[in-house]
Formats: sequence, structure tokens, C-alpha cells
Amino acid sequence: MKLFKLRGGVHPIGRKELSAERPIRALPMPERLFVPLQQHVGAAATAIVAVGDKVLKGQLIASGQGPISAPVHAPTSGRIVALGDYPAPHPSGLPVPTLTLEADGEDRWQAADIPDDPFALAPEDIAARVAAAGIVGLGGAAFPSAVKLNISRKSGVDTLIVNGGECEPYLTCDDRLMCERAEGVVAGIRLIHRAVGSRQVLVGIEDNKPAAIAAMRAAALGTDIQVVAVPAMYPMGWDKQLTRALIGKEVPAGGRSADIGVLVHNVATAYAVYEAIALGRPLVSRIVTVSGGAVKEPCNLEVPIGTPAQALFDHCGGFGKMPARLVMGGPMMGHEMPITGIPIVKGTSGVLALTPAEIGQPEPAPCIRCSSCVRACPVGLLPLEMAARIRVGDLADAVDIGLKDCIACGSCSYVCPAHIPLVHYFNHAKGELTAKEKAKLKQEATKKLATERTARMERIAREREEAAARRRAAKEAAEAAKKMTGATA
Amino acid sequence: MLAAVVSLTALGASLGLMLGVAARKLRVEGNPLAAELEAMMPGSQCGQCGFPGCAGAANALAEGSAPVTLCPPGGRDLAVALAAKLGIEADLSGVKDSGPLVAEVQEDICIGCTRCYKVCPTDAIMGAAKHIHAVFREACTACGKCVEACPTEATRLVPVPVTLQSWYWPKPGSNPVSTALAA
Amino acid sequence: MSQAVHAPHAHAITSVGRIMATVILALVPATLYGFWLYGWPAVFLWAVALATALLAEAVALRLQGRPARPALFDGSALLTAWLLALSLPPFAPWWIAALGSLFAIAIVKHVFGGLGQNVFNPAMAARVMLLISFPVEMTLWTATMPPAPGFAEALAITFGGASWDAMTSASLLGHAKTELTRGVDLLHSLPGHYALQDGLAGSRVGSLGETASLLLLAGGIFLIARRIFTWHAPVAMLLGVAVPALIANWANPAHFLGPLPHLLSGGLMLGAFFIATDPVTSPNTAAGQFLFGLGCGLLTWAIRSFGGYPEGVAFAVMLMNAATPVIDRYMKPRIYGRDRKGGALPAEQEART
Repeated sequence: MKLFKLRGGVHPIGRKELSAERPIRALPMPERLFVPLQQHVGAAATAIVAVGDKVLKGQLIASGQGPISAPVHAPTSGRIVALGDYPAPHPSGLPVPTLTLEADGEDRWQAADIPDDPFALAPEDIAARVAAAGIVGLGGAAFPSAVKLNISRKSGVDTLIVNGGECEPYLTCDDRLMCERAEGVVAGIRLIHRAVGSRQVLVGIEDNKPAAIAAMRAAALGTDIQVVAVPAMYPMGWDKQLTRALIGKEVPAGGRSADIGVLVHNVATAYAVYEAIALGRPLVSRIVTVSGGAVKEPCNLEVPIGTPAQALFDHCGGFGKMPARLVMGGPMMGHEMPITGIPIVKGTSGVLALTPAEIGQPEPAPCIRCSSCVRACPVGLLPLEMAARIRVGDLADAVDIGLKDCIACGSCSYVCPAHIPLVHYFNHAKGELTAKEKAKLKQEATKKLATERTARMERIAREREEAAARRRAAKEAAEAAKKMTGATA
Repeated sequence: MLAAVVSLTALGASLGLMLGVAARKLRVEGNPLAAELEAMMPGSQCGQCGFPGCAGAANALAEGSAPVTLCPPGGRDLAVALAAKLGIEADLSGVKDSGPLVAEVQEDICIGCTRCYKVCPTDAIMGAAKHIHAVFREACTACGKCVEACPTEATRLVPVPVTLQSWYWPKPGSNPVSTALAA
Repeated sequence: MSQAVHAPHAHAITSVGRIMATVILALVPATLYGFWLYGWPAVFLWAVALATALLAEAVALRLQGRPARPALFDGSALLTAWLLALSLPPFAPWWIAALGSLFAIAIVKHVFGGLGQNVFNPAMAARVMLLISFPVEMTLWTATMPPAPGFAEALAITFGGASWDAMTSASLLGHAKTELTRGVDLLHSLPGHYALQDGLAGSRVGSLGETASLLLLAGGIFLIARRIFTWHAPVAMLLGVAVPALIANWANPAHFLGPLPHLLSGGLMLGAFFIATDPVTSPNTAAGQFLFGLGCGLLTWAIRSFGGYPEGVAFAVMLMNAATPVIDRYMKPRIYGRDRKGGALPAEQEART
């Protein structure tokens, strides 16, 4: 199949060989799981169990709230021992409401609701089951999948693209999944296909994963799913980049893939859809790559949601070398873990323990305007110009030259010979702009409150005045009447 | 000679006419600067600047009779924004930049006297007599009136707590690089 | 708890120092060839330029209260001085090199804000300053006929003001210009003065390092292969000179030099591969760099053909340096999902409900 030309991109050192040949193993059930109520984009789920409750594996323990949210299920059978704040899988390490589940060791599933023929389900039914299973984008974005399915079903989909790019260095979880469980992935893709009714289905896999491509092609035989090898290049896994490579169309700025009739789902998400519908299992575990130069035995593990990262490192033989940095996710877009107790969530594709040599981040030097970042940017931005503006606090100017189109892929920071933390500048600026917008909204709201209060105070004063006037008038009238009666008497 | 006089007169008359028309068509009502400045102010009419409400302060700013640092709830950000609007250099030496603040009622000291919510210009304090009061953070402008009104010093201004929703990356270079694990 | 470090947690193995070192490496063959041609005076001049640049850099940084050590080792001052030295007449007195380096580093680079902030290429700005201020010393060309002067003679030439007048000569471009102003056309003045193989081999009259055209070309190709810069600026600059030269020479061979003498003369090779590719003073995008190179080439050809000076690379580059911000303003890449003007692309699919 003909591929389309892309702009920008970098070729980071892959280091996928560390774990690419390691088959998926199940991590032994840890004693305690820390299940955050917010593992997705959108509103946090609300706990529907109380401390002390006994739960079965797959039982709903927190329900989704509002139109963009996802429910959370018990990753194993056991007892809820706490509902409180626990450090979030987030660079800030701030606490989030988290359910603590003590495993009973039985790992007993709740009764599953399995349809007779999953492929005979109505599209709405598939979307509803995906929503109920708490499935979110497992590529890392963690956007509730059912929301995407519903939008796409309504607006119509021409092309369903399944993202097997896995362009982040180190990560091999999707690679292994496609190699070992291609049938399940294909079944999931067919279910999504049925749910949205697209004209064609394309699976894009980077050409550095020949085994996965072969396995997926074999599993897709006889279906209308087309498996396409795409060049290995970061960020190929950016859904809009993959879309451009496969069908040559761009998603309009500020728009969604649905605007050009495209729906993109990750391969792991497709597999989760298969498990949820064909096996009746909600999303309670995922495959995680444990890798990095400091890990003794890098591997791919199937991990219950809520497992502390430390348990994964321990299972991989601990650290062979002293790690310089622990990262959740890939090295390009993942975040540093403040502590190793951070739980694995639905969007966690890997945990890495990196050595200083792997990170290679010396002190920043002045920009020499070499424009490596301009060549690397897949969006077509001028990172050096944006960073220069943000550095002096000129955020409005940075927005004018495209700050809001930045996808924070980090390609610019990766290639910068002066080691300027470009993408850090951009995320800082985006955060500050959001904070300023919020402050402005708050100011408008408080202004309204103040005006209302002033009006109310004036009204009360006026009413009081009028009441007093009425009383006075009544009194005077009464006195006048008395006088009159006195006079007449 | 005559041609020159006539043409110049005609030119002068037509230009004058155009100026006259432009002055009428493009007239701006009121003092737009003061209105724009007022829109930037917190709008809680707390009066800490010494002017009768935010509109008074904006008028004084527009006349140039008040410093841009006059508004304590607005803080450093507002002073910088006002200076930029007025095109002057802001003297920020006197501004304490404590970051955004919000009022807090310490529940163990509060006696439920209701004085604080009576003075709050934005109705940001909830409660009733003999009940502990609470601050509705989204509406609080940290004007400090409640702090003055409280007889037991139960209300105070505290920095707005950072949450997962409000946190964002600090500017590069403004924080020491993590050395927790590298050490 | 300490602040987390922002992604990415992997970085390409590259640094400013590495880039500068690679560029210097690409200059080494041409430099060594210049040393062999001109002998010790060239070595002294080169050494004075480099030493002055390092000293000026250290003092400038110290005066600004910035740490001098990292900047000294990033190689940028060395490269500037190196390029300046290659563009000087090899038998120029030492103070030409010293003054040029000082001007390049202190005025052109640090007054504008230091590394990455300068508007003009420091080496070329210094060369232009020297050419305007000291026209005699800066056009003291010497015929390139080894054996070169010995060590003691060289000391006298560089530091003692002794002249080496036995071999003074005129460069091709200078010769052509002088003869044209005397009313002798090129068809009569060139024969006997110019041979193509001299231009190729570098044994022609010119600056210390600019005569070895082929070695400079090889160095440039090496740098393109190492992805230090792209082909856009150098190729465009060579085209900008060669195309008008071809047309003009075809129309009037008596007045205009052909493309080959142009390409192989003066500082064009040095300028195309080592000056027009200076990242700091050239545009950001490939298209912008192409435009920039084309402008440099056209201006070089125009100055050479119609200007008062026989050589125009330094002037042309400085003029285009000044145009760089404008080029950058208009030559921006198209942003994903937007049209060239920055508006969002239209959505194809209308919601069906």
C-alpha cells in the first residue's frame, strides 16, 4: 500500500531489544492494590463501595460520572481497606482519591455476562458494553473509548485506523500483544468495526516489528482488515501522524479525527474490547513493559491495575545498576515517578529505570538557532522561537506562532544540541495559559456575584427604607385619625 | 494666481469637512481607558485601595493619580497587566507576591457569629448563626474583609491549594533538578 | 519532594561543542593546505586569530558575569576566529588578525548578546571591517609558489612588518576588475593570468584558506553527510553565482567572467559551505535557507560584477544576515491541520445527525 509523506520526526535509539523477545508473563498478585478513581481523561469516577466491603474480581467499584468518564472495576477479589488520598501517577505526585484493595489471594471473577455471538450485537450495544467495561485508550491518552465510538457512530466513519505504531523507545507491550494474542486483537478490531461501520480498516504497525506484522497479517486473513507496515519513526504513534501516513489526510486544527471520517484506536484497546465483550471481562489489567538499563531482567508483564511500580521492578530482579530516573510511560512522553509506590493505571504502557548514560541530559546551553527542532517537529512549528518567547514571558506571542498546536511529543527536546528543555517550556506555558483563563473566568464570576450583592444590599436598604416610611405614614395616619376622632368627639 | 487660491481653499475646505465628519462618526463615548482598566480589576469592590470600589480605582489609574500596585487582591499579576495597559514601567518593589490567596475559616476557632459573611463582597462565605462557616473558594477574591471582621481570628488568607487539576509545570530552571535518585 | 524532571528522558547524542568540533574538523584539510602553500606566516596569523578570540571571549564573558569555562570549550569562538583567519591574506601583519578577532568576538558577537544572539556572522563582519579600514593590508596578495618563507623570515613578515614583495600579485577577481577599469576587456586581460587547474588545485592567489576550493567542497559535503547542515543554503549560493554568471558571460564574454572562474575564485566555496550555513545568522527553515543562499549568491555575483570591490562574499552574506529575520517571518512551515495562512483546514465530514 502506498504511504504518504510525513513531516518532521526523529529516530531515537530504540532499545526495544531489551524486552522485545520477552513473552508476556502474569505478575503474581500483589497483596495490596491502589486503584485511583481517575485513570482517564474527563471526570473522576465515584466510589460505590465502602471500606470493609468484599469485592469480586471485575466487580464495579466506582462508577463513571458525566458524559466523559469511565468506571473502575476491582482488579482482583478481596476487601476494600481504604478510600483516601494516594500519590497520583502524575509528574506532580499530588494525591488523588484512591481505593485500596487487599487481595484475598483467590482472584475470583464475578459472574460474566457473555453474549452468545458477540459479532451479532447491535453497534449501540457494543459501545455500551465498552463503556461499562471501563475501557480507555491504552496507548497512553486514556480517553474513554466508548465516547469515541459513540461520536464516530453518529458522525460516520470512513476509515478505522488501528494504531500499532508503538513508536516510543523501550516499549514492547503492544509488540508482544500483537505477536502473542493477534486473534484477540483482530476480534477486538472486528467488534469496533461493527460498532462504527467503517468502509475500511487499516492496522498501522512500524516496520521494526516484523513478527507482529506477520502475526497480525495471519490473524487478519479472511477479514477485511488490512495490516500496513509504516516506517519506524517517532512520533508515528501520534494518531494524527499515523492518519497522515496511511490516508494522507490531516485532522483540522482544533478538530477531531471524526472531522475527516477517521477513528483511531490502539491495538491494546482493541484487545481490551475483545476481552470485555467476548469474555465478559472489564478492564482490570494491562500489559506493561518493564525496561531500562538499570533493570536486571527487562520483561513484559500482565499487571493488575493498581499494582505499585515497585512490585514490577522487584519481579524483574530489581535494579542491576543504580537508576538515575524512574519513568512511567515511554522515555519521550512519559513522566518521572516521584516514588516507586505509584500505581500502574489503565494508561501505563511501561515503567522504566534509566541510567544516566541512557538519559544523557547535560546542562542547557544557549540556543545556536541550528533549527534541528524545526526539522524534527512533526507539527511544523518553530520550537526555538516559541521557547524564546516563553522564556521572556511573552505567552501571547508564543500562542500566535502555534503554541496551542504543539502535541508535546518532545522531538525538539530530544534533538536539541544545546539541551534546551523546549517541550518543558511549552507545557509550562500551556499550563500557565490555562491557569490564567481559569482566573479570568473566576474574576468574571466574582464580579457578577459582587454586582448582585450590591444590588441586593441596595434593594434591602430600599425595602427597609420603604417599610420604615410606610410605618411612619401609618403612624401619622393613625395619629391624624386619633386627632380627628378626638376633634369630632 | 486665482487658480492656486481656489484650489488650496477647496482642498482646505474638503479636508476640514472630512475631519469634521470623522470626529462625529468615530467619536468614543466616555473614557474607554477607565472602562478597560475596570474590566481588569477583581471587581469585588473591597475598597482596600482607598477608592470607592473598582471603578473609582480605575478612574484614578486612568488619570495617573494612583500607582498600578494599588490593588492587593490583584497582586503582582494585575500590577504588571495594568502597567502594560498604561504603557508605563511598573515599580513592583512594594508588591508582596504571595501568589493567589483564598480565605479559610479555622473550624476549631470559629464561633459562628456570621460577621464574616455579612461583609463578604462576593457572598463567598456560607453559614448561619451559631454554625461554623465555610469559604466557597471559587467565589473568594481574597480581599481580606472577613479577616478584619472576625472577632476570634478564625478567618485567614492562605495560598490556594494546588490540586491535580490546577497543577502545571513550573518554568524550566525555576526549580532544582531532581536529585533524589541520582545522589 | 523534589520537582520531577520533564520528559523526554532520552536525548540524542549531540551538543553545541560537538557540532563546532565537526565543522572545525571539516576545515582542517583546507587549513593545512594553506599552511603548506604559505608556510609559517599563515600559521602565525592563524594562531594569533585563535588566541585573541579565546581571550576576547573569556574577557567578554567575565565582564557579563557569566561563567567563561563552558563557553570557551563549546568551540564557537575558535570556529569564528578560524574562519576569519582563513579569509585573511596570509602575509598580513599580526595585528590584522588580532583586531579582526577582537572585533568579531567582542563587538559582533557579545555586544549583541553572545552565542546565538548575533545578527551578523562575526567572521564576515570582522573581515568587512578590516577590508574597509585597512584596504592595503587586506589586499596584500601573494603568489602561491612554494617554497614558502622560512621560520625567521615568517616572524619578520607577521610580527615585524617586513614585506615579501618579491612575489606580490593580484587575485583573479582583482585583476579582472583592474583591467576592466583600465579599459582592457576580459578577452585580452585573462589569457596568461588564469588557468582552470590553478583554481581547482588552490594554487591561485587568494586568502589563507579560501583557495583550496576542492578541499573546502569536500569539507562541506562531509558536513552535509554528517547532517550538521542541509544542502539548501550552499547549493543555492553556488547557483546564485553560477546561473547569472553563465547568462552574462554568454551575452557578453568581454565583460563578464564565466561561471567556473566565479565558483573557484575568492571566498565563494568557503562562504557557501561555512558562512552561509552559520545557523545563528541564517533562516530556520529549509526553504528560507535556500532563499538566503540564493540571495547571498546573487549579491556576490552582482558585487563582483558591478561593485567597486573585486570580491563580494562577505558583503553579500552580511546583507542577507540582515534580511534573515524577514525571511524567517515569511518562510514558516505549514502547521499540521492548518493552511499556509494559519487557518484551520475545513472538516470533511458533516455530522450526519
